[in-house]
Amino acid sequence: MSLSDFLQRAMSRWMRDGGPDDDIVLTSRIRVARNVQGYPFPILQTDSHASDVIEMVGKAIEAAPVKELGQYELIRCRDLSALDRQVLVEKHLISPDLAEQEKHGAVVLRDDELVSIMVNEEDHIRIQCILPGMRLDDAWKLATSIDDALENKLVYAFHEKYGYLTACPTNVGTGIRASVMMHLPGLVLSGSINRLLSAVSQVGLAVRGIYGEGSESFGNLFQVSNQITLGETEEEIIGNLQSVVYQLIEHERNARQQLLQRNRTQLEDRVSRSFGILAYARRMDSRETLERLSDVRLGIDLGIIQGVSAGILKELMVTTQPAFLQKYFSRELSASERDVRRAALIRERLRLDDTEVHG
Amino acid sequence: MLCERCHERAATVHVTKIVNGEKTGYHLCEQCAKEQGEIMHPFISGNAFDFNKLLSGLLNMESSSGFAPAQTTQLRCSSCGMTYNQFTQLGRFGCPDCYESFSSRLEPLLRRIQTGNSHTGKVPVKSGHTIAQQRQLEMLRRELQQAVVDENFERAAELRDQIRALEQGADE
Ligand SMILES: [Zn+2]
Ligand SMILES: [Zn+2]
Repeated sequence: MSLSDFLQRAMSRWMRDGGPDDDIVLTSRIRVARNVQGYPFPILQTDSHASDVIEMVGKAIEAAPVKELGQYELIRCRDLSALDRQVLVEKHLISPDLAEQEKHGAVVLRDDELVSIMVNEEDHIRIQCILPGMRLDDAWKLATSIDDALENKLVYAFHEKYGYLTACPTNVGTGIRASVMMHLPGLVLSGSINRLLSAVSQVGLAVRGIYGEGSESFGNLFQVSNQITLGETEEEIIGNLQSVVYQLIEHERNARQQLLQRNRTQLEDRVSRSFGILAYARRMDSRETLERLSDVRLGIDLGIIQGVSAGILKELMVTTQPAFLQKYFSRELSASERDVRRAALIRERLRLDDTEVHG
Repeated sequence: MLCERCHERAATVHVTKIVNGEKTGYHLCEQCAKEQGEIMHPFISGNAFDFNKLLSGLLNMESSSGFAPAQTTQLRCSSCGMTYNQFTQLGRFGCPDCYESFSSRLEPLLRRIQTGNSHTGKVPVKSGHTIAQQRQLEMLRRELQQAVVDENFERAAELRDQIRALEQGADE
């Protein structure tokens, strides 16, 4: 199969499509945790409890209200190979924890993969909607409509005071986790990232980033999400996150412009070197891949590199992951073999675009 | 620094998380990071790592402070059999009824990890109607009490009629 055919088939909508402010926000994600009344949480589940819950969810997605919201398919984890489960993890459709729930776990996927429902992970039901770009409101609208449709056939564990009951009290109440994945190379390069992120973490939000040696950035990717689930409405929680994200977007745009004005040549050099390495290298580990892709994406956003699809960062950060590589090359690969294949896939992918580097 | 997973190779991947202004991190070698898929984990697992770490930190503090013992260790959920001690170790409840069973210990915990201890968001559609009605009834009853205290009997009569109408509506 050619690479473009493979990608056409293998990519989720969130990886392919753009959206508002997608020069900085890669994805907006809403996850809603729900449990079925009268059943113990998955941690104490017996085989028959687990099957009951899966069956109930299966019936609920067959019912009319859910059917109106798209084409859904329920798959039990035990019917998927370990590799296929890992591919779903790499596509952000299921969690690593669910992938390990071979016996009791299941997942419901909508055909466009913007919606996935994890069954018997930490909670009985976790509805996840993932949209490209800054679209938290739309993601919430989608998640809450699916929630309503499911509830038609299910009785949720709900407490008048504590709200939706979840296995972990860090999720109780709304059961909502809203998160935004951001690409912030400007703030990292200008050195203001730590100050900003620690300010963000003071307002009830959690920030996750990956750092390399000496707390240097790692792909410049950060996820910002709400921490509080009880005591605020869903709209308040999302609104709070949104306003912080918009501020970060503005800071990032300013930082990029400043860099361009003050260090243009240096920036062009950095971006072009990274592009050269991605286009020609014969071995790439996943860490360097992310770092180079981040530079290239910045180059695309600033008009230094033209003809490369802006989605390249999102696309390759998923398709160069271990399970994806093994799927594409249809064989098991050791870590060092993966580095060779990863470099090959990246070179091939870049050749699909009609590239030009300006300077 | 050695990798925290294999304790063999040098740690080169450092994952840092900031929660409530507090920095935590873990350190892995390139290979273990790859094998664990750590590079992508932070974006996938939603809350798994840091929120639970935060919670178990609080729970540990509680059990090591000597503040909890005696009657707390006796606490057990009659529906699923989980004890409060097990909860502090697992950081997870066993069933929805645990919230009632452990409510005496839960309240102070919720105050620390959440904004409030009462849900103000969405309610389920099916049972939602009655819940909304209960909330309104509670409010009216409080107002009625106040009206009686204030000797505002005209208002009290009005409120009593409203409460009656709502209660009858709920029976139908
Ligand atoms: Zn290691
Ligand atoms: Zn219980």
